[in-house]
Amino acid sequence: MSEHSISEHSKSSPLKSYFSIWAILLLCTYLTYKAAFLELGRFNTPVALIIATFKATLVALFFMHVWRAGEKLIKLVVISAVFFLLILLALSMTDYATRLWS
Amino acid sequence: MPDSPTAIANANLQVDQRSDAHAPDSPQLRHHFATEGQQRDAASLGMWVFLATEVMFFGGMFCAYLIYRLWYFGDFGAASKSIDATLGATNTAVLICSSLTVVLAVWAAQTARRNLLIASLILTMILGCAFLGIKGKEYKDKFDEHHVPGASFSFENVPIPGHPGQYANPQHAQIFFALYFIMTGIHALHMIIGLGIFAWLLAMAWKGRFTPEYHTPVEIGGLYWHFVDIIWIYLFPLLYLIDRHP
Repeated sequence: MSEHSISEHSKSSPLKSYFSIWAILLLCTYLTYKAAFLELGRFNTPVALIIATFKATLVALFFMHVWRAGEKLIKLVVISAVFFLLILLALSMTDYATRLWS
Repeated sequence: MPDSPTAIANANLQVDQRSDAHAPDSPQLRHHFATEGQQRDAASLGMWVFLATEVMFFGGMFCAYLIYRLWYFGDFGAASKSIDATLGATNTAVLICSSLTVVLAVWAAQTARRNLLIASLILTMILGCAFLGIKGKEYKDKFDEHHVPGASFSFENVPIPGHPGQYANPQHAQIFFALYFIMTGIHALHMIIGLGIFAWLLAMAWKGRFTPEYHTPVEIGGLYWHFVDIIWIYLFPLLYLIDRHP
């Protein structure tokens, strides 16, 4: 079984997708650098964070192979890591963002 | 259902036979795994769980950054503007290139291309060292400008971007630089550890230890390297690119 998947894998070369992901990541880096010097008002930071999240997702899915991870547990670990990070940020911000009200 | 002792023994026997059938003489297969595939999955799951704890570790620092950025919005903008964004962008490109060489290394190990594997590992280490060198130049600039938090810190009369006539509070700017040095410093420490891992991988690859059946160390070392890259992908816009526009 495992030898099968390895030989299938080596036949269809993933190199093309690796190089295109690399090119997209470099392009996004250039874009985020250029966008930082544009006057976007309050949207500068959201734009930068959206590009960063897009880049991080590409790295995780294609370079870290989450996309074709056969093991469902790996996807579960990735999702729960993001989920708990969001809990950390969201609950902390509900505290700090409302402190100045009193 | 293998409830009785004999049934368990039978199941174990089957497992032994299966592993024998698949890997008659693979010295890397530990006896508590049935197959090489299972061993590989277990190793990468372990790495992913470690990376999840790293997400929480860096998450605490990102949370601290977020809170102070909202409190001292303009001061952070003024302080961030004093960092050389071009060096940061160059370092981002360097890390992305190193991530490419890492996937090439994993692919080379999977397809038994020893020379490509060794070349990719060496290139990754060169790019990692380039990153640290550029980072060192950046730190040196900050020391020269007295922007390092501490007794000699000085950040007087720096205008707040977008608010003419207003100047950044040096105490608040100092918090930005403290976060900058802690976050980039711990990231750089991860890079140094990564370089150590890759030096070890290079030595193993040189000895020809990796085969298409067994290359788990290259794979999970690569996972670690990509994770450190992802952290930088977030550090770059948050520390270098805030309030840059005129």
